Amino acid sequence: MILIHCPYCDEKRAELEFAYAGEAHIARPLDPSALSDEEWETYLFIRNNPRGRHHERWRHAHGCGRFFNAVRDTVTDKFETTYKAGEPRK
Amino acid sequence: MTGYRLPTGGRINRAAPLTFSFDGTSFAGFEGDTLASALLASGVKLFGRSFKYHRPRGLVGSGSEEPNALISVTRGPGRFTPNLRATNVDLYQGMEATSQNRWPSLKFDFGAINDRLGMFFPAGFYNKTFMWPRSFWEKLYEPAIRRMAGLGQAPTDVDPDHYAATYAHCDVLIIGAGPAGIDAALEAAATNKRIILIDEQDELGGGALSDPTLWPWLERSLKALAASPNVQVLARTTAFGYFHDNFIGAVERFTDHLPGIPHGPREKLWRIRAAEVILAQGAIERPLVFEGNDTPGVMLASAAKVFALRYGVAVGQSVALMASHDSGWNDAFAMAGAGVGIAAIIDVRDVVNEALLTKANGLGINVRLGHSVIGVRGRLGVKAISVARNDGTAVSDITCDALLMAGGWTPTVHLWSHSKGSLAWRDDLGAFVPDVPNENVRCVGACAGTWNFGAGVVVDVLPTPKDPARLKAFVDFQNDVTAKDIKLAVREGFRSIEHIKRYTTNGMATDQGKTSNLNGLQIASTALNKPVTDIGLTTFRPPYTPQTFGALAGHAKGALFQPTRKTNIDSWAEEQGAVFELVAQWRRARYFPKAGEDMLAAVNRECRMVRSSVGIFDASTLGKIEVVGPDAAEFLNRMYTNPWKALEPGRCRYGLLLKEDGFITDDGVSARLAPDRFHLTTTTGGAARVLNLMEDYLQTEWPDLNVWLTSTSEHYAVIALQGPNARKVLEPLVEGIDLSAEAFPHMAIREGTICGIPTRLFRVSFTGELGYEINVPSAYGRTLWERIMAEGARYDITPYGTETMHVLRAEKGFIIVGQDTDGTVTPFDAGLDWAVGKKKADFVGKRSLARPDIVAPGRKQLVGLLTDDPNMVLEEGAQIVADPNQPVPMKMIGHVTSSYWSETLGRSIAMALVEGGHSKMGQDIFVPMPGKTHVAKVSSMMFYDAEGARLNV
Repeated sequence: MILIHCPYCDEKRAELEFAYAGEAHIARPLDPSALSDEEWETYLFIRNNPRGRHHERWRHAHGCGRFFNAVRDTVTDKFETTYKAGEPRK
Repeated sequence: MTGYRLPTGGRINRAAPLTFSFDGTSFAGFEGDTLASALLASGVKLFGRSFKYHRPRGLVGSGSEEPNALISVTRGPGRFTPNLRATNVDLYQGMEATSQNRWPSLKFDFGAINDRLGMFFPAGFYNKTFMWPRSFWEKLYEPAIRRMAGLGQAPTDVDPDHYAATYAHCDVLIIGAGPAGIDAALEAAATNKRIILIDEQDELGGGALSDPTLWPWLERSLKALAASPNVQVLARTTAFGYFHDNFIGAVERFTDHLPGIPHGPREKLWRIRAAEVILAQGAIERPLVFEGNDTPGVMLASAAKVFALRYGVAVGQSVALMASHDSGWNDAFAMAGAGVGIAAIIDVRDVVNEALLTKANGLGINVRLGHSVIGVRGRLGVKAISVARNDGTAVSDITCDALLMAGGWTPTVHLWSHSKGSLAWRDDLGAFVPDVPNENVRCVGACAGTWNFGAGVVVDVLPTPKDPARLKAFVDFQNDVTAKDIKLAVREGFRSIEHIKRYTTNGMATDQGKTSNLNGLQIASTALNKPVTDIGLTTFRPPYTPQTFGALAGHAKGALFQPTRKTNIDSWAEEQGAVFELVAQWRRARYFPKAGEDMLAAVNRECRMVRSSVGIFDASTLGKIEVVGPDAAEFLNRMYTNPWKALEPGRCRYGLLLKEDGFITDDGVSARLAPDRFHLTTTTGGAARVLNLMEDYLQTEWPDLNVWLTSTSEHYAVIALQGPNARKVLEPLVEGIDLSAEAFPHMAIREGTICGIPTRLFRVSFTGELGYEINVPSAYGRTLWERIMAEGARYDITPYGTETMHVLRAEKGFIIVGQDTDGTVTPFDAGLDWAVGKKKADFVGKRSLARPDIVAPGRKQLVGLLTDDPNMVLEEGAQIVADPNQPVPMKMIGHVTSSYWSETLGRSIAMALVEGGHSKMGQDIFVPMPGKTHVAKVSSMMFYDAEGARLNV
């Protein structure tokens, strides 16, 4: 069971307190109606599947309840860093 | 020496004799024996039958590495444990053990016919032979193979034992309490760190237990550790898996070594998080591969030494050694010193250390260098061995009753590999050793490859003049894999060691290849003509040794498997004899049968009473979210399909929630209490999911909105009062709320008190009748329920359950998200266009409703179904076709989502998702079922009171 650092609680806690929430830094378009079908499809369905560094969202579901961002290596399953939502991509 | 118990020596307590039985025969042993050592001491060599060929098998090892001696122990009803290694079973008074995989008896086993037919059972035999005809596999081949090839019987009774579980944290976790582990623990104990030392055996000491010269050191060291307050020692504890971030799973065994049925838990699961892990797991000796190496009496030299020096048991009266490594010589010398007769030492090497030869000469031992064992005489036990020079000449026989194998050592890197540490090959050791760690972990002692066992050579198969194609030289004893099986796999084109492993099953038995992996790799390496490092090692996976399901399940079984959520009114329903069902962990009353009623009769009565008078329903499980803040209306407007900003305080609205993909994910009626406060309701199962979705948008997409979300699902008890007499029941109980139709219309909310209890009173209906949902603080739920029951008695108020609720809502065509929708249904598909705000610029999922596939014709749409036979209630989930006469497989155009007997209408009703359903109104569709095809007409889902006359009263 991985330990995950919650940037809001500033503590490393056990994985079972957290919920995975998909790829990070995919902002909802401000005006979805202005998007073409292809652009909307890209926003909705197309995700990166990198071997190595992956930017992803987690929620401290059984803790503070906050969503935050993380960089995790998909090969080693190790977290490089976690940071608050809204902070620039690391 | 008489028998096999040495007159002196060992760590057994000769003052404490024990009796036990094996296959019904009574035997004697001593306290401190294992089942294996006690049986050996009684002259037993035959411990089991092999998996595939049913060959007679004896002990190979003395611990967890044992592949052959799998036995079952029974301790009374429900306490039957199969597949235990006899070498790991601590003896107790009265133990009842049995052998496995033999019929009718261990000495005469009918299945041994497989061995005579061995030439017909090559690698991949089952895959190749039992392929055709396909239908025979399930009915004939698999059951027959399962009967013949197998391990112990699975227990059939419920396990009456209970199992504990705990978490632990420490600075240093040391796994393995041999000399290296104990030294590491002593060193760490001198600091103020918290230390846990665990070992799988009953006694700490590991290899030191079979070296009497180390016993004084061992005693001193264990005393020092016991005196250290910062050291916790766990014996009889197996670290079975190494997980992320130094998280180790271990099982401690409390009672299996005790006679009778002791009190307390049988085992405890330890989940240990350690800052640093030190692995001191030692090394396992490697068998040698030659014809007859699986005959009972052929075993590892190190194991024979353990039996002699730890348990005071000679594995034979006259013991020969086949070595490719110095360690075997030293083991033989130690055994000779303990009084075991050594018949001969055969070494495949032409030259060995001079000191070994001198010592052997001094002990008068017959030595043959550059020789190999080429055959073993004796079927149920070694009687003699055939030995030849490595060039195949000078064949001679040596009489002996046991043969030891010393093929070098394999570091126990299982846990290291679980932690994803890398391995490096060392030619000098002929073994993989730990290389680069992936966690804060290090290996010490023999498992790091640092040992003083001497030198040796690695041989894949011992030289023999015999035809290699006919050789029965075993590599994996437990799975009956021979050297020629591995060579065959390579000949048939398998190149990857992972494929060779799966094709031959080498290393795939319950021992996970502890004695076979490296030999298998060497043979594959030779056959492929590639160095071992180019082939690689198969992956080690947890568990290190098999563990009980009980230990892993712990308390999470039966009633404690998952929490049962109960409402405040649940106890009342239970007293009334309600039949319950589980909905999202909530226990909900399904119906309230009266004497002699089945479910249909009870539901029909409940439905009649709601439609004709008044019914009462516990709706407390509804999900509830309090949405508060100046931007609350704006937030809901963005989340739901409906417009919310214009909703006046005191009014309710049916809300439809989509995910961004445009599909319905939840629905519920919500109320505006004040300009900045909403009381949302969600489906019972959707509460947590909806809150998570809303928090996600609020926190990450619209952090500028000033809104707070609070889950209040369990804060309110909710009593639904439904039926034409609902208002009359309520009127005398409510204070401060005008219940008249004018003052309190349908889809409104009022706050006040009921029976003195503060309430949020909704006027809503999921039945189509005049109805109220009374929210009060949870703790008052049952009190209020009973007051309403008393008040409603004169109207024959009738409690109803979820089944009646389902029927009544279906009569009105109200959907249940998750039953009538399945995650691919849009508002249009569900006929809920009216709930989508046409003028809204945006809401979650809106853009997706214009996606090409969503607007394309032929989507499955929700419709009503009326069977031609009004008494026919379709099965939910039944498939629908347009033409019942088309050939099988038919094209299915949809399925039935809800189907009930409607007492109100006196006929069956159903809802279904049907391709292009909205344009099929009035058309016939067909539901083929076993024996009969049912005909139904597509209809509106509004089966009852379509104009809503009964609501607005």
